[in-house]
Amino acid sequence: MTDRTTMLARLLALGLGATLIAACGSSNNNAPPPPPPPPPAMASFDVTVTNLTNGQPLSPLAVVAHQDGYAVFAVGAAATAGLEMLAEGGDNTALIAEADADATVTATASGTAPIGPAGSDTVSITVLESELPGLIMSVSTMLVNTNDAITGINGVSVADMQVGDSTTWQAIAYDAGTEADTEAAIHIPGPAGGGEGFNAARDDAADRVAMHSGVVSQDDGFAGSDLGGQHRFDNPVAQVQVERTN
Amino acid sequence: MRTTYCAAMLAATLATAPAANAVDFDVEITNLSNAIYFTPFLVAAHPAGNNLFVTGQPASANLQAMAEGGDTSGLEADVTALGATIVTNPAGGLLAPASSTSFNMNTDGTSNDRLSIVAMLLPTNDGFAGLNAIEIPTAAGTYTFNVNAYDSGTEANDELITGGGMPGVAGIPADPGGVAGTGGSGAASADANPNVHIHRGTLGDTDAAAGTSDLDSRVHRWLNPVIRVTITVN
Repeated sequence: MTDRTTMLARLLALGLGATLIAACGSSNNNAPPPPPPPPPAMASFDVTVTNLTNGQPLSPLAVVAHQDGYAVFAVGAAATAGLEMLAEGGDNTALIAEADADATVTATASGTAPIGPAGSDTVSITVLESELPGLIMSVSTMLVNTNDAITGINGVSVADMQVGDSTTWQAIAYDAGTEADTEAAIHIPGPAGGGEGFNAARDDAADRVAMHSGVVSQDDGFAGSDLGGQHRFDNPVAQVQVERTN
Repeated sequence: MRTTYCAAMLAATLATAPAANAVDFDVEITNLSNAIYFTPFLVAAHPAGNNLFVTGQPASANLQAMAEGGDTSGLEADVTALGATIVTNPAGGLLAPASSTSFNMNTDGTSNDRLSIVAMLLPTNDGFAGLNAIEIPTAAGTYTFNVNAYDSGTEANDELITGGGMPGVAGIPADPGGVAGTGGSGAASADANPNVHIHRGTLGDTDAAAGTSDLDSRVHRWLNPVIRVTITVN
């Protein structure tokens, strides 16, 4: 009994208490009901992205709370396979899976729907309060009427935010560098194209992330483009607000 | 012990008190663009919690009047109702490309600790530059803010110089630089985003007598930022 109590105390200290207490209680009818463990203190953030473009819906958000060591991308370096899948097809599952597999990532969350040009979406993400020191937030999304344009915030500190604090960033567009900017419908997954999203082939001039140079469009004389003047954009393309709610 | 603590707090408060409110500051607005003129600016120091526009939200009728025709009277009435400290038309007319205008503001005795600046971009249908309720710095020094071009979302960017500047009237009021063409067929129908958003830029073309746009794609384009605001706290 002493050993078990000691072990329980250790497990409680590790924050694993709730499940184990239930398991223990069912296997030992004579023990007095243990006091309920204090719930671990949590910190929650609402991440709100507003689409500032005229004609570029944004794919469902990928939100990653992490410590130093993870980054969605680095300018000049090749995109990860997960970022490529997001940037070419608007699918954030592989990017989130990559993040979940990273030891420095604390939590991930996904948006549930695309964000139209007049819209916004809020995704909540919760971490242990003990993870707050050094906590960094990253948010990623695709401009879906492009070949492989992304935007978001790539690692901003939220460690010092108190409950009720809110900070807003203006987000610019990057080119994942994994797909040539053909502007052809067959390569554009958004409503302007309805074509193929992700393709593992890396056929951009240079396989690395850089700032996006914008779309040209058929209206501006690019005969091969299936995009129009309405799809052009300038920076910033999105506004990202992070609010600590708890 | 408590007395000492309070005295220390008081000393700290007194030490920072002179910087608690910027009551006297200079503002310089610089047109960073190549061929865009700005209609007379509305500059307002106003209380926090107020905005002349919100990105992602529909433009107010008064914002629309400013964005489509440069008429700031409605927005001026809005901020007057807030007790704002206001400067209108600091450049004495249009602010030409690569030109600046400077003026002083004094918010003594008010709670006007936010600064907003708006003006229309000419030649555009409904483009405007907006500094959106930034917190006025309080410590002495010089602060720079880069300001982006927005589209009010209220008018199709047909890029035709028709003189149309009234709200709801199609067309561009004028190209003050006098390099626009004529005979365009219309560069775009209604915006895909009807709310206030970042302007996608003008399209233009290279045909001065026809084409889709009356604007010149080699002259009238810009990339953000379009103006720079420098605040010097005295």
